[in-house]
Parts: sequence; C-alpha cells; structure tokens
Amino acid sequence: MNWHAVKAIYVFEMSRALRTISQSIISPVLSTSLYFVVFGAAIGQRISEIDGVSYGAFIVPGLIMLSILTQSIANASFGIYFPRFAGTIYELLSAPISPLEIVFGYVGAAATKSILIGLTILATAALFVPLHIAHPFLMLAFLVLIAVTFSLFGFAIGIWADGFEKLQVIPLVIITPLTFLGGTFYSVKMLPEFWQNVSLLNPVVYLISGFRWSFYEISDVSIWVSMAMTFVFMGLCLALVWWMFRTGYRLKA
Amino acid sequence: MSATTATPDIAIRDLSKTYATGRGALKSVNLDIAHGEIFALLGPNGAGKTTLISIICGIVTPTTGKVTVKGHDIIRDYRAARSLIGLVPQELTTDAFETVWNTVSFSRGLFGKAPNPAHIEKVLRQLSLWDRRDSRLMTLSGGMKRRVLIAKALSHEPEILFLDEPTAGVDVTLRKDMWRLVRELREEGVTIILTTHYIEEAEDMADRVGVIAKGELILVEEKTQLMQKLGRKVLTLQLREPLAAIPESLAGHGLELMTEGRELRFTYDAKAGRTGIARLIEDLKTAGIVFSDLSTSQSSLEDIFVDLVKEQP
Repeated sequence: MNWHAVKAIYVFEMSRALRTISQSIISPVLSTSLYFVVFGAAIGQRISEIDGVSYGAFIVPGLIMLSILTQSIANASFGIYFPRFAGTIYELLSAPISPLEIVFGYVGAAATKSILIGLTILATAALFVPLHIAHPFLMLAFLVLIAVTFSLFGFAIGIWADGFEKLQVIPLVIITPLTFLGGTFYSVKMLPEFWQNVSLLNPVVYLISGFRWSFYEISDVSIWVSMAMTFVFMGLCLALVWWMFRTGYRLKA
Repeated sequence: MSATTATPDIAIRDLSKTYATGRGALKSVNLDIAHGEIFALLGPNGAGKTTLISIICGIVTPTTGKVTVKGHDIIRDYRAARSLIGLVPQELTTDAFETVWNTVSFSRGLFGKAPNPAHIEKVLRQLSLWDRRDSRLMTLSGGMKRRVLIAKALSHEPEILFLDEPTAGVDVTLRKDMWRLVRELREEGVTIILTTHYIEEAEDMADRVGVIAKGELILVEEKTQLMQKLGRKVLTLQLREPLAAIPESLAGHGLELMTEGRELRFTYDAKAGRTGIARLIEDLKTAGIVFSDLSTSQSSLEDIFVDLVKEQP
C-alpha cells in the first residue's frame, strides 16, 4: 500500500473542505438546523407524537440522513470531478497508486466530512429537541457505513459526469426526493397500504428506518433488513467503482 | 552514449495505440532510451508525441505492445515503473486554490515518498519559486505555473524526467533557466525525454533525436550524426538529355537520379579536404553526359525534418 499517497489525497481533500468551511460545513448544518427550529420548536408541539416520540425528535434521524446522503455525494463527486475538469487528473493517473488507494483517499475524506456534518447536526438538534439515543454504537456504525456508501456513489458520479450539470442532477433529482419520500418527516406506516408498498421500493426508506431505530427503537422495517440493505448498497457501489477503474471508464483514453 | 550497450532505461516494443474514435495515434513504435541520455522527440502537432509519453506514464492505455522502465513493465509492475518517472505535462494544469508549497508536497506524497521539506526547498530554490512558496497557484503567471509543474515532477526525485513541450509559450529567461536545469539534472544522472517543435532546441540539448510523424517513429539518430548530415551539401546537375539509368562508370560516386532522369544529385561533405566534385565532373565528361546547369544546396535539420514528415503517406 502506498500510504503516503492515501494520506496526501486525504489531507488535500480535507484542506479543501477547511478552506471552504462556510460552504462545505457551516451551510449544510445551518440549513438542516432550520428544520429543527420550524418543526421541532415552532410547530412540533401541534403535531401529535409518532410511536411515542415527539415530532421534533422523530425527524432528527431522517434529517441527519438527508445531509449525510447529499453531502457524501456532493463531496466525493466534486473531489474527483474537479481534477478531471481542471486537467490535474494526469498526476493521479501517472502516480504509482492503485485504484483502491485513490478510493481510500477521496472516499475517506468525503465520508469524514459528511460524518462531521452529521455529528454537528446531531449536536445542534440536541439544543432544540429532546434527544435520546438508545444504541449509540449502532447509530455511529450506520452513520459511517452510509457515509462511506454514498461517498462511493458520489465518487462514481464524479467519474461519470462530463459537466457540472450532471454532477448536480442525481443529488437534486433523485436523492433529495427519495429522502423526503423515504420517511424523513413521517413514518411509512402512516401511508395508505398501496403507498406503503411503493415506499418499500425506495432504498432510502431502509436507511432512515434503521438509523431511526438506533435512536428510538421504532422502525418501518426490521432493523436486520435495514442492516442487510446497507451492506447491499455498499456492495453495489464498490462493484460500480471497481468496474470503472478496471475498464478505465472516463479516466483513461 | 549508445542505446544498445546497457539495459535501457526505457524499452518500447511494437507499441501501438488506436483511440476509441478509430484514430490511430501510434503505429508499432520501437525505441530504447539509455540511462542518462537526453532524448528529443520531434514531430508536428498531432504526430503522437504526447500519446507516446502518456502511455509510458500510465495516462493512456496502449492498444498493443510493451513498455518497460528500468526493466519494470508499465502495466504489470506499474508501481515500480511509475515511481521512477516525473512528468511535466504540456498543458498548464494546476490546482488554482492551492499554494505552491502544498501542491509540490502533495505530488511527493502521491508518488509514495515520505515528506522531505529539505528536498522540496531545494527544488523550489532551483526553480526560483522559493519566494512564492505560499502563493496560491492562480496568482502566478504562466511561466511561474510552468515552473511549478516542473517542481511537482521533481518533488519525488525521479530518475527519468519527461518534459512535454517544456518551452512552448515560455519567455527567453525561463527557457534559459529550463535548459540550465536540464543540464544540472543530467549531471545528477537523470534521464530526460523531451518533446519540442523547436529544432534548435533539439540540436542544442539532445544526445539523440527521434522524429515522429503520423504515429510512426521515422528516424532515430545520434545528434552528432545528424550534425554531420547538416555539414553535407548537395550538388544538383540539370542534364541536357534525360538518363534512363546511371552509367556503370559513374557507380562509385553514389549519385541519385531524380525528376525522371533530368537531374543528377551528388551529396558531398563540404568540410572534407576532398569533396570529389572535380573527379565527378571528369568522369561525367568521359561518359559523355552533358549538363546545362548546376546548383548546390545545404540541407538543415529543418529540411531533413520537413522531408521526412512529408514523405509519410
């Protein structure tokens, strides 16, 4: 393993985040915190509890998940797309590093950033709503696994994209709607049966449900199913990235 | 400095590249580059110079063929091969928001070397970048960015350095600095491969010159031999009566019959004591060949180059 290279990429990416801290960390934390103010403190009291959890507290895991998904994708896709766009990718391709090391560097940094954002949002939420974390280690495990999975997905998008528009389209058009419809603001069980079944086709339902279970032990689907699905998504993203490197897809002529 | 004596630093065998668009960029290139030499690759735009370099450095995948760098296969043993190489690309591609120091240190890490601030300092001083080490790259001029790219390539102490059009769009000071640096690196035993449009540059710097046109390496020669060709002159005789073939009695002169037998071309070394012109004229007279006009011309490397490139179908 060329650990010096992994470290170089990781440090480079993290310093990019620190350089743009207002955009990369403060802004997602602020915009998510607004939900707690509106739904938790302001109108939360007027909404009845869901499965014995106050509404303000109920939405916290889903909102953290929303940030983790969008931030992981945004960070990782931009991280690898920008060198391609600027042309500095030549150095990465000519360096004595394996695809695995490139992925460790970029995906590791992107996941680290979104985990930091997730934890900051969690800490901010505690200021506005009564929080209770039943299984902190499981919560952390979900956080890390999902951050890594979606950073891998973002990395693949960054390789696939051939313009800034394509970079934005999947997070905006697919991920955000799936997250809003995946039980961030409601329990899937509250839906008519038909829409409950439709919701089960939404992969984000499994992630939010499992993550929420680690807080309040309430879930839309079994925690085991959530865990299994998390690993399935990770496997799919790993396979996708592996295939891209193997074929040199959009990286090498 | 012959390429055939020791194990070459770079050995290229039957290397071909056809892009996905169907464009053939390289056609069965064979080349050995010896340790410590400066090799200049000449050729017009789009001839395949950058493709060749990009394949050796791992940026482009070859279609067929094999390349080894100090015995390490560039695909099977890519780590060992690439660690030895520094590449200065043609395009000025830099991370606009990074500082000089960070971007050069980043390159060193990428190539698997432990941090060594003393070496980075040495490289930055060599390239007159030390005072700008904390500047962001976007604040630098084009020439300075070029220096940064060289510093990045030298950050991991490569044994082989590729310079792709290093002096394109560069001012005189930087050009001179660049050639001083190339000489210094050669003193340190670094093998250098450069591409250029400028023939004077190749004449000035290189030990050997290779000419590439339409993906084919059409000439590889020691520069001194090329210089001998430069010293040669050509005598052209316009014949009154066209000849079908060169008569037996004139075979010893190494004549060429041109333009449907109307011209005889005689190549000679103008710097030699005996040029052989007097004897040729005498022999022509004996053979009864009459000429109406004569002219002499000196071929430059530029002519040789242009001829070679034109001859390609």
